[in-house]
Amino acid sequence: MANKIDRTKAREQEPLVRATNFEEVCYGFSAEEAQLEASRCLHCKNPRCVGACPVNIQIPEFIAKVLEGDFKGAANVIAQDSSLPAVCGRVCPQENQCEGSCILGIKGEAVAIGQLERFVADHATPDVEKAPANGIKVAIVGSGPAGLACASDLAKLGYDVTIFEALHKLGGVLQYGIPEFRLPKDKVLAREINAVKALGVKFEQDVVIGRTVTIDQLFDKEGFKAVFVGTGAGLPRFMGIPGENLNGVFSANEFLTRNNLMKAFREDYLTPIRAGKKAIVVGGGNVAMDAARTALRLGAETHIVYRRTEKELPARREEVHHAIEEGIIFDMLTNPVEILGDEKGCVRAIKCVKMELGEPDESGRRSPQPIVGSEFEIPADTVIMALGTSPNPLIASTTKGLDVNRKGCIVATEEGATSRAGVFAGGDTVSGAATVILAMGAGRKAAKAIDEYIKAL
Amino acid sequence: MYEIVSKKMLTPTICEMDVKAERLARAAQPGQFLIVRADEKGERIPLTISDYDAQKGTVTIVTQKIGASSTDIISFEVGEAFADVVGPLGIPSDFIEMSPEELASQKYVFIAGGVGTAPVYPQVKWLKEHGVAVDVIIGARTKDLFIYTDKMEKVCDNLYLCTDDGSAGFQGVGTAMLEKLVAEGKQYTRVVAIGPMIMMKFATLTAKKLNIPITVSLNTLMVDGTGMCGACRVSVGGKTRFACVEGPEFDGYLVDFDEAMRRQRMYLDEEKAAMENHVCRIGRGK
Repeated sequence: MANKIDRTKAREQEPLVRATNFEEVCYGFSAEEAQLEASRCLHCKNPRCVGACPVNIQIPEFIAKVLEGDFKGAANVIAQDSSLPAVCGRVCPQENQCEGSCILGIKGEAVAIGQLERFVADHATPDVEKAPANGIKVAIVGSGPAGLACASDLAKLGYDVTIFEALHKLGGVLQYGIPEFRLPKDKVLAREINAVKALGVKFEQDVVIGRTVTIDQLFDKEGFKAVFVGTGAGLPRFMGIPGENLNGVFSANEFLTRNNLMKAFREDYLTPIRAGKKAIVVGGGNVAMDAARTALRLGAETHIVYRRTEKELPARREEVHHAIEEGIIFDMLTNPVEILGDEKGCVRAIKCVKMELGEPDESGRRSPQPIVGSEFEIPADTVIMALGTSPNPLIASTTKGLDVNRKGCIVATEEGATSRAGVFAGGDTVSGAATVILAMGAGRKAAKAIDEYIKAL
Repeated sequence: MYEIVSKKMLTPTICEMDVKAERLARAAQPGQFLIVRADEKGERIPLTISDYDAQKGTVTIVTQKIGASSTDIISFEVGEAFADVVGPLGIPSDFIEMSPEELASQKYVFIAGGVGTAPVYPQVKWLKEHGVAVDVIIGARTKDLFIYTDKMEKVCDNLYLCTDDGSAGFQGVGTAMLEKLVAEGKQYTRVVAIGPMIMMKFATLTAKKLNIPITVSLNTLMVDGTGMCGACRVSVGGKTRFACVEGPEFDGYLVDFDEAMRRQRMYLDEEKAAMENHVCRIGRGK
């Protein structure tokens, strides 16, 4: 067993260099590095990593192929369970999933499964088997991870699939949300989308389902036999504190959409963006890290304000680590109570209260309590709210008989069936904001359910 | 790609275009808007829908040259195409949900200012087609800046023109005209004001004084236009609302216009710089 080898570190851009550009942080493994890392896998009889993967990728099996140097073989193993490996290898919270349950991680460091997945996806294209076309039309609403995964599986089964996308670019949150430095758009995302196109899936951008055309019209007028709704969780939350509508307060969605979708960081693109001299990002998730690291790259001194401690930060550990390396300042146990403006209505400071951790709440995390009388001001000219998102109500409000729950999420079974026959849903629009891999998994389950539903018609 | 099938300069700075966008033309209703992204590097610019023709598959947009992006949009010629035209967005005007009885009891007056005259047109046309009494007041600084007066004349009961300099019609602003009409005994059940934010603010003050309900159509900043970014947030009745998905039309009495005007100026410095650096890119986008 070759477990005496240390975990192979993937090479990265120097923190202070990358803090000034939007190039990808991590260079990924070379073939030699990948094979060396692959040699660390113990090939456990009962691989816990597979069980911990939301889509159960046969991890030891693909790693064995990497070790053999059969990268295409490895890609084929991954493709059985995942349709977006180049994305998931980069953005999955591996420390809570596959790597978090790796036996090697008990005494030392887990196998770098995410990096290996990324290596395979970047260096090999899996073989594709496609059933003959059956001419049956299925519509997919939203081109994010759930929709792309559902579309690929249905196309492989022979369906005539059309993806409708409201924005002008494809990929949903992968396009507008995750920054270039974590997920390069042309090199990685476009490649994954082109693979879906190569299966014969059609894409229609600039179509807002619920406005441009309704789900009922897709059934009644356009001949679709089933619809999958994968519209994500795009509606930003605000805190509801005074001063939130001052100039210089943005939702993380707005800030990231300007930067990623509209490429505001590039001088030759017209969309403006303002990070200011000092930006405060409120929140502790991956989106908060993305917004903070973007503001930093745009030249602002950037702070993350979070009401619990670093231990409770919901962001991936790697993102927090990268953010700290790059020079983001973390103000923990701090909660905003008001945003203060100048005479022109622009942000001048954010008033916060110090917090302490009390008893654990229903999530098991100790709930933060404000310390009375501890209010203080942090001067800032930009405030970015990264407090989570909820599903966009547009589809539910324009589709008859589609049930939503109290939180505005579409009610669907594990397989994706909704209260409306022929309408399936999955991903963040059902679960609330979660991860790329869970959305992809939901899209694939729904594809199977749609196939069964159509065959039974 | 969305081809421009006709183009006409209505004034030296206001341009009318018919653009091929079949799905959008079939779905558009009065009160809604669309978003244009002229080319790969362009902004997503929200524009009101000035007319739509489901048969021809075209929508009409009226754009005023203000900044770099609107200058770009206007630079496109017939036969060229915009990268993206998406919509219809926003909630249609509330009157389209009214019963025939309810409609029959209405008497509308529109106050239109500047380029805001264009989106008034499909609303007035719809009301006229449904037998509703409609008067229209159009205000402009001087007579050369009027747009859509001929079209409007054909679809409204009475058209009142106002100019600041008295070069045509009534000398004074649209709200003064409304006060005059009411003083002369005209009765209206609703005012609809569409134009610059400041004009809608004053129209609301006048409507309040006259005790007539008023609808305003807010032209806030937007990025996606589908409820995703919140750039368009406005305070309405003390609550934050997203103009893109909960508007663009709101009860004028409840809108915080001062905040809305301030938020509109968010990127003024950036816009000025963009305009100064702007290299007009006429001739590309084929």
